[in-house]
Amino acid sequence: MKAFPTLIVCEHCDAVYRRPTLAPGEGVRCEICAAPFLRLSRLDVDHWLALTMTSAVIYVIANVCPIIRVSFNGLHNETTLWRSVAALAHGPVTLMAVPATLTVIVVPLLHMLLLGWVLLYARRGRRAPGFRIVMKLLVTLRPWSMIEVALIGILVSIIKLAGFLHVVPGVGLWAMGVLTVLFTLIASPDTRHLWSLTESDVAV
Amino acid sequence: MSMRPRAHELGVIGCHACGLVCEAPGTTTHATQCLLCGAVLHARRPNSLSLAWALLWAAMIFYIPANLLPVMHTDMLGSSSGSTIAAGIVEFWKSGSYGIALVIFTASVAVPCAKFLIIGLLLVTAQRRTPWARRERALLYRLVEQIGYWSMLDVLVVAIVAGLVKFKSLADIEPRLGILFFGGMVILTMLSAMQFDPRLTWDGNET
Repeated sequence: MKAFPTLIVCEHCDAVYRRPTLAPGEGVRCEICAAPFLRLSRLDVDHWLALTMTSAVIYVIANVCPIIRVSFNGLHNETTLWRSVAALAHGPVTLMAVPATLTVIVVPLLHMLLLGWVLLYARRGRRAPGFRIVMKLLVTLRPWSMIEVALIGILVSIIKLAGFLHVVPGVGLWAMGVLTVLFTLIASPDTRHLWSLTESDVAV
Repeated sequence: MSMRPRAHELGVIGCHACGLVCEAPGTTTHATQCLLCGAVLHARRPNSLSLAWALLWAAMIFYIPANLLPVMHTDMLGSSSGSTIAAGIVEFWKSGSYGIALVIFTASVAVPCAKFLIIGLLLVTAQRRTPWARRERALLYRLVEQIGYWSMLDVLVVAIVAGLVKFKSLADIEPRLGILFFGGMVILTMLSAMQFDPRLTWDGNET
């Protein structure tokens, strides 16, 4: 079997192109289906890694600190992101806690850890141990990360509860806002580009 | 339509995971692996249409109890009530929060219904291999890919609200069965859209 590294195929319509050389920040759309199919990020590997590590720190804050605090008739209560999804596990909808935990907590964390792992090696032009598996996982995980949906969910909840409770946004909410921006930044560059930036130590 | 060659005509496959273009395995039906990343290569996703149809039907069936059953149960100073998704939207609208009512309506009603229609349309047209409106269908597919997961909003709102309002006998909110069906519907439509192979839109007769 042969491979053709000078070609590229649009994954949305199967049109074949010669692989173009792109400048950072430049992208091309498919002539046939108009899908944006190749894009080179403005971030270089060092910036990418730095942002990934920053998001990991913010992620910890967003998960440990309370996102909302409510008071009702002199009673107080507060919740963290983790406690919210765990709340689904009580009552008749236990099953729903699984996808909620995965999309809001597990998948984003896994995404940051795996991305950090390959980038750490990619800075030196090397492929991290497990590179193949990690790269495939990153492609699979991407659509299941829902941090931005969680952020809007928190805001809607605040408005919903503000009608009959005293609601105070917590540190965790601000951290979620920052995390949403950072996560979008680190998750949008095409990870497939890392294949051409690195060389394996052993022959594939 | 332009004369640009397509991968299956040239006997090559683009790897969905790493982008490398590999030689297609010829007439044999054996699955091949990408030379670079080892992902299994398919010229077209196997059983794409029937799997996408099955998941879409399952999602539409889930959407019925999701709307009929209450998504949460509120116990407030002795009086208790269950509320459905629609009741939640109406409540926001009546209290004057038109913006929030619109956000929830979009995420819980407009987006799921649009997804059912769009995926259904993509599947029917791909099945007929019609050249009709291919560029527009490709655009619809990308739209579904990008907006699909926003429907998860209502599930998370119920989770947060239920997690917070726990004041013993004074006030208590619990999630109810409707939200399980709703969440299931969101996941099933996402899987259905992922099963659909967008390259099928471009197969069949030229204009």
